[in-house]
Amino acid sequence: MQAVKPSVPPLQEVKTTTCYMCACRCGIRVHLRDGVVRYIDGNPDHPLNKGVICAKGSSGIMKQYSPARLLKPLKRKAGADRGAGDFEEIEWEEAFATLAERLGKIRATDPKKFALFTGRDQMQALTGMFARQFGTPNYAAHGGFCSVNMAAGMIYTIGGSFWEFGGPDLDRAKLFVMIGTAEDHHSNPLKIALSKFKRDGGRFISINPVRTGYSAIADEWVPIRPGTDGALLLAIIHEIIATGLYDREFLVQYSNAGQLVNMAESNDEFGFFVRTEVPTEEACYEPQDKLWWDRNTDRAVVTHQKGADPYLLGEFTLSDGTPVKPAFQLLQERVSDYTPEWASQITGISAATIRQLAHEMGVTARDQKIELPIAWTDSWDNEHDTVTGNPVAFHAMRGLAAHSNGFQTIRALAILMSLLGTIDRPGGFRHKAPFPRPIPPCARTPNDPRAVQPNRPLDGMALGWPSDPDDLFVNDDGSPVRIDKAFSWEYPLSVHGLMHNAITNAWRGDPYKIDTLLIFMANMSWNSTMNTAEVRQMLNDKETEGPNTGEFKIPFLVVCDAFHSEMTAFADLILPDTTYLERHDVMSMLDRPISEFDGPVDSVRIPVVPVSGDCKPFQEVLIELGTRLKLPAFVTKEGERKFRDYPDFVVNWETEPGSGIGFLAGWRGKGGEKFLRGEPNPNQWEMYEKNNCVFHYELPKSYQYMRNWNKGYLEWSQRNRITRYAEPILIHIYSEVLQRFRGAAQGKGLTRKPPEHLRKRIDTYFDPLPFYYEPLEGQVTDRHKYPLAAVTQRPMAMYHSWDSQNAWLRQIHTHNYLYVNTRTARQQGIEDGDWIWVESQWGKVRCMARHSEAVEPGTVWTWNAIGKAAGAWNLTPDANESQKGFLLNHLISEELPAGGSARVSNSDPITGQAAWYDVRVRIYKVGAGETAVTSPQFAVMKPYPGMKTRSSILAFLGMKQK
Amino acid sequence: MTQLALVIDLNVCVGCQACVTSCKEWNTSGSAGPMVDQNPYGADPTGTFFNRVQTFEVGEFPNTETVHFPKSCLHCEDPPCVPVCPTGASYKRKEDGIVLVNYDKCIGCKYCSWACPYGARELDEQQQVMKKCTLCVDRIYDTSMAEADRKPSCVLACPTSARLFGDVHDPESAVSLAIRESGGYPLMPEWGTHPANHYLPRRKTRIKIHEDELERADNPLKVDRQLPRPATNEPTLDDFTTW
Ligand code: SF4
Ligand code: SF4
Ligand code: SF4
Repeated sequence: MQAVKPSVPPLQEVKTTTCYMCACRCGIRVHLRDGVVRYIDGNPDHPLNKGVICAKGSSGIMKQYSPARLLKPLKRKAGADRGAGDFEEIEWEEAFATLAERLGKIRATDPKKFALFTGRDQMQALTGMFARQFGTPNYAAHGGFCSVNMAAGMIYTIGGSFWEFGGPDLDRAKLFVMIGTAEDHHSNPLKIALSKFKRDGGRFISINPVRTGYSAIADEWVPIRPGTDGALLLAIIHEIIATGLYDREFLVQYSNAGQLVNMAESNDEFGFFVRTEVPTEEACYEPQDKLWWDRNTDRAVVTHQKGADPYLLGEFTLSDGTPVKPAFQLLQERVSDYTPEWASQITGISAATIRQLAHEMGVTARDQKIELPIAWTDSWDNEHDTVTGNPVAFHAMRGLAAHSNGFQTIRALAILMSLLGTIDRPGGFRHKAPFPRPIPPCARTPNDPRAVQPNRPLDGMALGWPSDPDDLFVNDDGSPVRIDKAFSWEYPLSVHGLMHNAITNAWRGDPYKIDTLLIFMANMSWNSTMNTAEVRQMLNDKETEGPNTGEFKIPFLVVCDAFHSEMTAFADLILPDTTYLERHDVMSMLDRPISEFDGPVDSVRIPVVPVSGDCKPFQEVLIELGTRLKLPAFVTKEGERKFRDYPDFVVNWETEPGSGIGFLAGWRGKGGEKFLRGEPNPNQWEMYEKNNCVFHYELPKSYQYMRNWNKGYLEWSQRNRITRYAEPILIHIYSEVLQRFRGAAQGKGLTRKPPEHLRKRIDTYFDPLPFYYEPLEGQVTDRHKYPLAAVTQRPMAMYHSWDSQNAWLRQIHTHNYLYVNTRTARQQGIEDGDWIWVESQWGKVRCMARHSEAVEPGTVWTWNAIGKAAGAWNLTPDANESQKGFLLNHLISEELPAGGSARVSNSDPITGQAAWYDVRVRIYKVGAGETAVTSPQFAVMKPYPGMKTRSSILAFLGMKQK
Repeated sequence: MTQLALVIDLNVCVGCQACVTSCKEWNTSGSAGPMVDQNPYGADPTGTFFNRVQTFEVGEFPNTETVHFPKSCLHCEDPPCVPVCPTGASYKRKEDGIVLVNYDKCIGCKYCSWACPYGARELDEQQQVMKKCTLCVDRIYDTSMAEADRKPSCVLACPTSARLFGDVHDPESAVSLAIRESGGYPLMPEWGTHPANHYLPRRKTRIKIHEDELERADNPLKVDRQLPRPATNEPTLDDFTTW
């Protein structure tokens, strides 16, 4: 066999690290030649991606050499407008000195005047800790404008959620239903699993307004109108209950379906579970003090008593005369009117299809049971010889989440998954460590403004999981403590914060003014903000009255990013970050690790090439700042530097002295002999490096399933300090947490009460059972004028990426179109490729239309974040991204009218999740003679000092240029 | 005689473009490189790719199929691009059937790209030579690599393992088996090019639920006294007749 002689020198060196071209975090091998990256491929020995890689990962080299890279710290030139991009180079020492002085003053006076918001949420262990140490409550990552409804809706129901914390077990599933999942969420593991699932003969149904990406290979595509998923899911629940296709045994044993709810309307306890005793300990697990109505003895008994079997349906009267009903009875009543015919009108899906979906799910779950020969013991000491699975799996993400009715929709989904008996069972949904956690998880924010004190760490977490109104982070008058109004009565369960309102609120001074806003890796003046054009003005807006006249309304804006962008232009100070190939990083168990179904996994990034220019990893910036500010975690008692740098911090920092818990779970203990818990190991990084940069602990088989109620697993997880309690985590078919808020709104109980103007809102939306309501924006929109729903998604080659400047990836998506169903377009006289206006009640955008048969007729959609401002990301001002590309964000408001002059975030009223996909639009052809350029346009951006010039021709050779 | 080829399974390809960029990444700095990009940061960027994925729609709403279709040189068994080449730069290797271009001989006349009915060849604007998929010939025989790595870059990258690689002349190979059992087909056979690469079509899995599967003796509603069982006070024959 004749080999073609390589005309170039061979590879010389292979290093492993972890990809960060998107948030999926695959293991990669970086092949170097002369110290230059020549080739990046998937690491076959990595549990996440098993050797494969995606389009983004394979284009990592082009990120490294992008001319958009920021290579020097920059400060805005005196007198220059924000957004104009007039910067001068400075040294890091000046940047640190400026920050330390400014932040030091804030910390000594009012720490909440410093706000830190980060676009990336997989670095929260450090960023969250920094904010807490600083003492500010004003910290969050991007979850609030991404998919917090998914996290909250599921965690408040089953104690776990999709993506990092759980997912569909496609290895064993027979039916897979993907609903409201944009392309590539998540990336390689789902692709690997999906193809294997299909080849093994599984049936794949996609419910989505649009058929692209994964939906393309679905066996059946069920087009649905955006924002109506809740109606569909409730109708499926209706049908599942009506035909008896639910897993009764599972519900009885593992959920609160059989628990008796107090039905005495006048009673303060109305709507709450009847308890046998008043709980003594204030803890975040649920004591087993609720009642069932036992079928065998026909009386109320404490749940899970040996030999007892509760009625799930019916109404009963306790011996003291209290009327009670099992939670499941209330669910049945709730869905009684949610018939398939009713849902058909709302969703656009025929009643027959809805029934078919329900029957396929129910019959597959019931008749294709899996029995794995794995013995385990449940929390009530019942020993089981096998683990049972009902092989119906689901996956869902932003399509459900990014609506203002998303939380209740996702509760409905989690309940449906529970009715089918699929939680943490083979072929269904499976948890990933550190989940499941108690419902809700134990972390709490402070509930008192006095938790914020000068020169003191915040007394509590900046983000947490409220379990009742007394957990809210509000002032004595009920007003919000946080700048984004998270954990206030407006959005009580905003567990990821509301980053999308931080700028507007700070600009308006509602609830108060801040001094310094630090943004890490988020394009808040472009694709990551709603109402883009006005938010850009807010960033540049100055006070016109009072003592600070002439000063910026947001006085100091610091942006840390690796690239030139629309956002960096507004900064007063730019801190150039490194790329992922140049840094140390951890995917920590304290954050969002990359765990597998079979056990905890965490991983690291280790630099494979030297840092470019004068860049510094953001982590190093925080360590340095923390040290200069003498935040307690970063300095000794004497105020001396504790950590040399970030790698040193990762090895030696512990949650508390001697706790043995740090950022990394693997190779702990002096010689690396321990895991999860153990003393710091000075050689921990080397051990990760030797082991493909990943630590994977495979649980014994008997701990891999049924973890909400698996005694062995829960005790293991308690021993290893993953969780504080080993109590069973019952599924919340009926949510008492929500009822506590509703009770307060109805004036009941001893907890705090909402302010008058929010009573009705809380009473309406905090329903302990899922219900369907039209998204809030739809409620204030003239549907005749704006008949179409407009949604976006990121394409696979750009999903979760930061790569508009990537020479290879941008050739795949150089500009975007508005996809319109052909018939819908023709009704407006719009032909394929025509220039059109898309208009909502908040704004309008000019762009090109593309006919499509793969979109539901009442929906238009586009790829998000392909459109760029002219000159941004160091693309030429005439690049397609700015001339033909567009952003839908201009049509979306960050606020909605709330009666009178009041405004409320355009978000889910329960979680504060940004309601991106609620916007309603109309489309029409542009006038004759209008220019063929997208609108709006903004002033052309220029490159900043210190950046490389862009080449007009690129011939990448992966070797040192001679 | 060996004929190496790719067999691409459209039943699982999700159109992720991993094969597109991993191909570019390997080959631009490999023996077939560079793969030049013109205007990489400007208007209408265009670069050389040996493999591109097209996505198109088939059918009318709601019976729409969205098809992701990866396309690279098909390494035809009767390649029309070879005989038209005036310099002999384009050739088909006897030992494994790979169609290659010798850049040293290629004069950039484009005859081959006109002859190729699949649009698989791209002229490198900088070097003025014709380029195309090499089946990663500089990987698959490279003994300095681990055996598992001696496969085309796109094949190793593909997250859905939609890209199978092997000898289509060996009836026992995985690719031959896939073609035989999953209805593999060549592109545009009417051109008589006998493409070595094949495609596997979409296959649908359906579940048929019979009505009687919804009625079961162990219906849990029964336990809760809710299975449609008429109340004793509803009319019966007893109300009407005495026999
Ligand atoms: S990498 Fe695989 S799944 Fe992705 S586009 Fe290529 S062939 Fe299709
Ligand atoms: S696909 Fe085109 S370039 Fe490749 S062998 Fe066939 S004719 Fe030649
Ligand atoms: S076989 Fe190699 S050259 Fe051909 S498409 Fe795949 S990666 Fe590209």
